[in-house]
Amino acid sequence: MDIFIQQMVNGLTLGAVYAIVALGYTMVYGIIQLINFAHGELVMIGAMVAFTVINLLAAAGMPPLVVVLIGTACAIPVCMLVGYSMERLAYRPLRHAPRLAPLITAIGVSIILQHLAMLVWSRNVLAFPQIIPITTYNFAGAVVTGVQLTIVGLCFAMMGGLALLVYRTRLGTAMRATAQNPQVARLMGVDVNRVIAATFIIGAALGAVAGVMFGTYYGVAQYTMGSVLGLKAFAAAVLGGIGNVPGAMVGGLLLGVVEALGAGYIGEFSDLCHYDMLAASLGERCADGGHFVLFGSNYQDVFAFVVLILVLVFRPSGLLGERVGDRA
Amino acid sequence: MNRTKLLWAGVALIAITLLLLPFALSYAGTAWVRIANFAMLYVLLALGLNIVVGFAGLLDLGYIAFYAVGAYAYALLASPQFGLHLPFWVILPIGAAVAALFGVMLGAPTLKLRGDYLAIVTLGFGEIVRIFLNNLSQPVNITRGPQGIAGIDPVRVGSVDFSRSDSLLGVVFTGSMKYYYLLLLLLLAIVLINVRLQNSRIGRAWEAIREDEVAARAMGIDTTGMKLLAFAMGASFGGVAGGMFSAIQAFISPESFVLVESVMVVSMVVLGGMGNVAGVILGALLLAFVPEILRWTVEPVQHALFGKMLVEPEVIRMLIFGLALVLVMLFRPAGLLPSAVRKRELTHERTDP
Repeated sequence: MDIFIQQMVNGLTLGAVYAIVALGYTMVYGIIQLINFAHGELVMIGAMVAFTVINLLAAAGMPPLVVVLIGTACAIPVCMLVGYSMERLAYRPLRHAPRLAPLITAIGVSIILQHLAMLVWSRNVLAFPQIIPITTYNFAGAVVTGVQLTIVGLCFAMMGGLALLVYRTRLGTAMRATAQNPQVARLMGVDVNRVIAATFIIGAALGAVAGVMFGTYYGVAQYTMGSVLGLKAFAAAVLGGIGNVPGAMVGGLLLGVVEALGAGYIGEFSDLCHYDMLAASLGERCADGGHFVLFGSNYQDVFAFVVLILVLVFRPSGLLGERVGDRA
Repeated sequence: MNRTKLLWAGVALIAITLLLLPFALSYAGTAWVRIANFAMLYVLLALGLNIVVGFAGLLDLGYIAFYAVGAYAYALLASPQFGLHLPFWVILPIGAAVAALFGVMLGAPTLKLRGDYLAIVTLGFGEIVRIFLNNLSQPVNITRGPQGIAGIDPVRVGSVDFSRSDSLLGVVFTGSMKYYYLLLLLLLAIVLINVRLQNSRIGRAWEAIREDEVAARAMGIDTTGMKLLAFAMGASFGGVAGGMFSAIQAFISPESFVLVESVMVVSMVVLGGMGNVAGVILGALLLAFVPEILRWTVEPVQHALFGKMLVEPEVIRMLIFGLALVLVMLFRPAGLLPSAVRKRELTHERTDP
């Protein structure tokens, strides 16, 4: 039971980060039906910029929290700028092109950003300086760190903020209008180009924060970190129903929890020696507490995709997605 | 009359060029024949994916999984791993069949999905296959995990071993050159299948599904069967290419079947012009050769300009590659050689937002 709660805590932390990244995917998709493959790179750049700033300031003897805050404050505008340029240069000219064209430019942008980051920050794994003192709390038999609490808290705050923005402000209304029908939105006086640019910028800012959180949580950053994280987050967005803001949140949290629980339990479940009948036929491999583990925790990355496929088989438009017309 | 003559002259010219190419390439260095072989493998892959993406309009981002399945099928049946050494003409069909089975396994549960949902599921499928290959060394060692399988048998026909040099009528044929001709034959067969498919009943059914699935079903097309067929056929091409890859490399590991490779093949198809066989071949050749050419030129150019190497060639290569993808799409969104249907679509108005 302790393991269960511990894995839930870990999963929620990871899931919260996934959710924030997934929001970036889903917002862009919702508004222009583009899979922004380069979104993961924005997260990576956020983590990298924060790493540089934190590294510079860590020696200066400032309080750790201030250092991390300044790091985040530097990462956000950089990512916003990159996100905006991406939209302006690579996606806007292709808004009426065949569907796959912007997907390829997105892949191109992702390759470019990754290798530029490699030029700037080298190909090594960069270790974040351990400046935040590790505070732990015991909660129902599980150990929760201060960083985890902060991450989960911040993520929920950002999701709340985003929900307010989308459903309660003029910009949010304009965004939803553009998502429904750009032509009509334009007729109603919405500056569609600005709204789309704003969507990219907001998504990039969220990505930057997610990057900093991921970096400080795991303590490392590398120029390739964006692709795997981006992939999982995209899976989360699709899981929840792509284009749907609450869906991305649900999808992200669910994916994080499933991944953590899966990694925690699969070894035990797939150990054939646990099952008496099979153990007998396996003979000596199971003798003296031996194990015959079919799937170890190194299958962790499989869960995200297996769950995704299973959900989509039964709900082809995601958990909270609306039924889309048959003409895709 | 005159036109047909011209056409035949063109075909003959291309045939002679292709036949003599390995000799010309081996003057530039033996590595280039190998590079040409890998370029042809990419063409095989791109043509296979073109069936799924270009003809049937199903975006598959995990196509490299079938390549992996074919490669591992070959490796397991012709290497010391299990002590099996079957001849290649037995294994290639097996590899193709197993890959086709995987294609159906991917296709069947995803029949209802469309567009981007299908893209992410196929992507996930590719990752799942790779993760399994990486981990199937425990508890029973099947794939040897990240270490990969080494010592894979080369192709052997009678007494001719494709990994060694032979001389015929005084001309020396290296192993790579022999593979070149074998691949050329294979390629010719697959191009022929592709071209014939496109104008067949099946090809037209795929096109109908791509354009409007509901309408296609209303016209009496068995959309389920046709989609599965597209997946299976595309996958089997990938499987054959994978088997050849195993034989040429003599060593495979999960490293070769990462997501970037899937993305690369999709880029080839889209860049060249989806659904157009000539375009896809062009796209594949460009994306296979240009990075290699850059690899050989970037370093000397830097030395000439700055007197030393400022930036690693690999980085510049990837930067130019990324930039090229963006620029080509910006200026030719339907690909370098768009298919006739796409062209028609582009000149007419689009109803989508």
